[in-house]
Amino acid sequence: MSLFNAINISATNLEAQTIRLNTVSSNLANANSVSGSEADTYKPLEPLFAPMLNQAQMGMSNEGAGVKVTAVMESNEPANKEYMPGHPLADEEGFIYTPAVDQAQEAAHMMDASQAYKSSVEAINTTKALIMRTLTIGR
Amino acid sequence: MSGLDKAFGVSPQVLALRTQKLNLLSANIANASTPDYKARDIDFRAAMSTALNESSQLKRTHEQHFDINGATSGAPVKYRVPSQASVDGNTVEMHREHTAFMENAVRYQASANFLDSKIRALRTAIKGE
Repeated sequence: MSLFNAINISATNLEAQTIRLNTVSSNLANANSVSGSEADTYKPLEPLFAPMLNQAQMGMSNEGAGVKVTAVMESNEPANKEYMPGHPLADEEGFIYTPAVDQAQEAAHMMDASQAYKSSVEAINTTKALIMRTLTIGR
Repeated sequence: MSGLDKAFGVSPQVLALRTQKLNLLSANIANASTPDYKARDIDFRAAMSTALNESSQLKRTHEQHFDINGATSGAPVKYRVPSQASVDGNTVEMHREHTAFMENAVRYQASANFLDSKIRALRTAIKGE
């Protein structure tokens, strides 16, 4: 148990939130990627978060657990189908496919991720101040 | 406990418990968006009285054994009861964690200051100036 643990725990969140922001950027960047078949359409990405310890260990440990991204999953949401016979990528029935990216949801994810990132940066700064304070005890 | 340990009062135990609390609060903040994560904390009052209660401390059967009572292995961890439950089972409430974290940091610094002044007092006593 030391103050450095707290820094490590907060650092795991910085990494996790960075991955989350990456998926959000990827989803937003590809929101308008058109394709000619359902299979080729970009699937929105979603990171899965989990505590660093499993549930059984969590009850026993007196320490805090960091967070990790266990997987980045592709969404099962079906692609949006649009009838656009004039489009160069349209299939033989005249449909084009765009990814099922919910822009409002992505924006909410982005805000939440940046808030969480800021919180952990703040926590790291405070912990560092406490470590520096501890080093000067008795000086 | 030797005389010098007693001179520091409760400050060493307080710093150890504050460090544990800081770790747990950091973990809560880090897991604010983890589904099914349950926010955890320690009951500081109970932990403090356990740390100060002589009967719960390890007895030394030989004078050359280390006195580890100052360095506790940590207080029992409890789960926080959320004021508003969220749909994904996460019980971290950012405003509570933030205020608790800040309060904990300030109280840690207060204890460090107390420790500082005690050391200064000891030094004055030794030097006799």
